Amino acid sequence: MKYFMLVVLCVLSVGVMGQNIPERPNPPRLVNDFAGVMTAEQVQQIENALVKFSTETSTQIAVVTVSTLDGSDAANYAFQLGEKWGIGQKGKNNGVLILVKPKYGKDRGHAFIATGYGLEGAVPDAIANRIVDLEMIPHFRQNDYYGGIASAVTVIMQLTRGEFTADEYAKKKSFPVGLIVIIVLVVLFFVLGNKSKSSTRHYSSRGSDLPLWMLLGGMAAGSSRSRGGSFGSFSSGSGGFGGFGGGGFGGGGAGGSW
Amino acid sequence: MKTLKKIAFALMLLPFFTSCSYNKMVELSEGVDAQWAQVENVYQRRADLIPNLVNTVKGYAEHEKSTLDAVISARAKATSVNVSADNLTEENMANFQQAQQGLSGALSRLMVVMENYPDLKANQNFMDLQAQLEGTENRIAVERNKFNEAVRMYNTKIKSFPQVIYSGWFGFEKKPFFKADEAAKEAPKVEF
Repeated sequence: MKYFMLVVLCVLSVGVMGQNIPERPNPPRLVNDFAGVMTAEQVQQIENALVKFSTETSTQIAVVTVSTLDGSDAANYAFQLGEKWGIGQKGKNNGVLILVKPKYGKDRGHAFIATGYGLEGAVPDAIANRIVDLEMIPHFRQNDYYGGIASAVTVIMQLTRGEFTADEYAKKKSFPVGLIVIIVLVVLFFVLGNKSKSSTRHYSSRGSDLPLWMLLGGMAAGSSRSRGGSFGSFSSGSGGFGGFGGGGFGGGGAGGSW
Repeated sequence: MKTLKKIAFALMLLPFFTSCSYNKMVELSEGVDAQWAQVENVYQRRADLIPNLVNTVKGYAEHEKSTLDAVISARAKATSVNVSADNLTEENMANFQQAQQGLSGALSRLMVVMENYPDLKANQNFMDLQAQLEGTENRIAVERNKFNEAVRMYNTKIKSFPQVIYSGWFGFEKKPFFKADEAAKEAPKVEF
């Protein structure tokens, strides 16, 4: 009987824990706009950039918007969701979750960036806090959810690039790619240099253009970050997202409300 | 004769069964110990943040000396109570939790007082520290939950049949949980 009760208790407690957290999306997606604050194209643009980033670096940045937190605080909700979905790779724990609960009338909006164990060094809490305060909330106040999320994503990609490398990606590099890359870049530079300025729509900044506040804070120290991807300039995310890897979250990150 | 056969059969199976669940018990017990290390880790992280916080606050709020002293002494008390993983008893756990709760209380009083210092609140260094402190409180909450989860799995295992019969012989004892704090359920937060 005791045993039976314990089993019941186990089942119940597991049930209660995950009660309000949305199920892992199937097919897996990195951008999940449950609250419906972005257009389909905007979602697709961010998704493409994030899928590309995750194939290159194995770091998974997920964006989730929800219309309600069900009375839980944003931090707690984010950790539970991140853990449940398993954002990031197992063992590397290199997942980031950007959680946004939009503002509805008097109902305050909340934003939280949760970092997996493995990225707590690359995106410390104080930096996550500044990203929320300076990159996200100013946009959100003007109802520009896409703008806020996209600029947060850009900054996080710049901060976490180089922290982890996709294993297959690293292997490919074994032949002298460097030279080829340089030649291609030089050619591209000359060929496209004049043309692209007017025609292509570059969403984001280059790698070195970290936001001013971050440069001022002296936080951009350390290795030179390679180029940030430019969102929106590539069309189909070839292959698509392969699924969450089972990364864990330990309570890192920060958030704010408006 | 038939019953004898059955008993013999059961006896033959027993070592299998036992060794299997013995290993499982060891594994779960190790899991609890590892998780306890994580818990201590995040509490230590909080303690490490405090000198920095106190120094930053001092510059702005000279006459809040009593509040600051309370934080410092609570920190000293909290760091003096260390419980090693193989010494996890109800009593040690309660002491540990009480000392940490004292620090949580002192910290949240400090955060309330800070509301009166707009200059301090606008200080970037203070804002960073505040974010770090909140992050640490979040980590504490997460690791405590994970610890409780590990203990629950372990306790369930040793109390279930058939392990309940022999878990005591090998020294597998029930491990204590973190109890929800009455005072410090919420991480100290400052609304701007």
